[in-house]
Amino acid sequence: MAFDLFRFAAPQAFFPLAGKLIPWFSILAGMLALAGLYIAFFVAPTDHQQGEAYRIIFIHVPAAWMSMFLYVVMAGWAGVGLALNTRLSGMMASAIAPTGALFTFVALWSGALWGKPTWGTWWVWDARLTSELVLLFLYLGFIALKGAIPDPVRADRAGAILALVGVVNVPIIYFSVQWWNTLHQGASVSLMRAPSMAATMLFGMLLMALAAWMYSFATAFARLRAIILERERDAEWVRLQRAAA
Amino acid sequence: MLQAFSLIVRRELRLALRRKGDVLNVLVFFVVVASLFPLGVGPEPNQLRAMAAGVVWIAALLAAVLSLPRLFATDYADGTLEQMLVSPQPLIVVVLAKAAAHWLLTGLPLALAAPLIGLQYDLPAGALGVLLASLLIGTPVLSLLGAAGAALTLGVRGGGALLGLLVLPLFVPVLVFGAGAVTATLIGINPSAHLSLLGAFLAVSSLIGPWAACAALRVALD
Amino acid sequence: MNWGSLDAFLAMGGYGTYVWGSYGVTILCIILEILSLKTSKGRSTA
Repeated sequence: MAFDLFRFAAPQAFFPLAGKLIPWFSILAGMLALAGLYIAFFVAPTDHQQGEAYRIIFIHVPAAWMSMFLYVVMAGWAGVGLALNTRLSGMMASAIAPTGALFTFVALWSGALWGKPTWGTWWVWDARLTSELVLLFLYLGFIALKGAIPDPVRADRAGAILALVGVVNVPIIYFSVQWWNTLHQGASVSLMRAPSMAATMLFGMLLMALAAWMYSFATAFARLRAIILERERDAEWVRLQRAAA
Repeated sequence: MLQAFSLIVRRELRLALRRKGDVLNVLVFFVVVASLFPLGVGPEPNQLRAMAAGVVWIAALLAAVLSLPRLFATDYADGTLEQMLVSPQPLIVVVLAKAAAHWLLTGLPLALAAPLIGLQYDLPAGALGVLLASLLIGTPVLSLLGAAGAALTLGVRGGGALLGLLVLPLFVPVLVFGAGAVTATLIGINPSAHLSLLGAFLAVSSLIGPWAACAALRVALD
Repeated sequence: MNWGSLDAFLAMGGYGTYVWGSYGVTILCIILEILSLKTSKGRSTA
């Protein structure tokens, strides 16, 4: 079985597998999202302090979790590509990046819309939102660097170095921003801590996070397929594919 | 190895001093940027004093980013960099030497000029000292991590702005601890914690930066 | 069930703009991403 799995390290082998998996991940994402949204709107009770505005948490927290998780996964695949010289790994990192950046943006946007009714301002310089903003910059930098280098092998390797430097620095950046936040605000106001985490809320967020994860699989695989077709366009199997299509 | 290191540092310094303009440009840029902030936010002394640490540090970050593209570019253009790559000296010596020279030409002058800017912002003497110390510890980080950024964007179009985008988020800890040290002094807290953390980050970046720069140079020159 | 009526659901206790602004933009982003993937796939197989 392990021998069979390594076969999928070749773009040509993974391409059809990814294609078959996308519908399944999409369906899972949809079902989990429906379950999560049901809990978010029809099961979770109204919060005493924040009213209904807190329901944004079911978007904000899963998006933030996914943005961080995807960065690590992206850096992981990029690192594998750098170490083992596997083309597909570098392509996978490129495929994940835009989805990760999207979740970061959603986390920031929903954070702002949560902050306005709760704390009165559209932006709160708390540790997590600020770190999330820096994470967005890291994603954008990765995408920009890959886009600016025409040679795909060099682009993959350079991107991998950047992603690995980033992944090591993210905890340091987060720690420094937390430090900065407590220094400047004293009793720090955390967007996370405000509603007491009822089990229902946590379960709802978990479902939404899983939905986001399944969604990420689907989009990353779809993007990966497009990248494979582009990068391997001179290969015989791709030309046959296009001729048949 | 030490001989190669000092040789390369001296070479860098000699080459840079032939084009003094480049070095001075960075310093003048630093002073200009720092002087623009009061024009933007108003001359109120209390406000400026509170802002001073952040302003000086951000001006230093921008000035460093401005000077980084040149770190490897000229040697890359005339083939010297390739020679350095195939020479018996380990590439990391080259990178460390170039980063050290960059600091001597950029970070050190900025750090020494900073107290003057601090006076413009009416910082008290204690804070000025901490500002100098924080910049002396922090600017080498800019050179070390910046070298990695310069290597990654070598010969890439849009280099300067792209370099900034890549490297500025990584500078966040330096900014926080460096400016934070001065702000702490202003409100009466001992800045030693900040400065220690800054030192720790310097130690970390002296490992990460040169590693990444070497890897990136090999990627760029393959 | 938390809501008395559809109106109450849409109003979200007065926070409707914020809640639906968040969910709406999220859904919009997802739709845009899926659309861009569909067109890029089309371009590659053209």
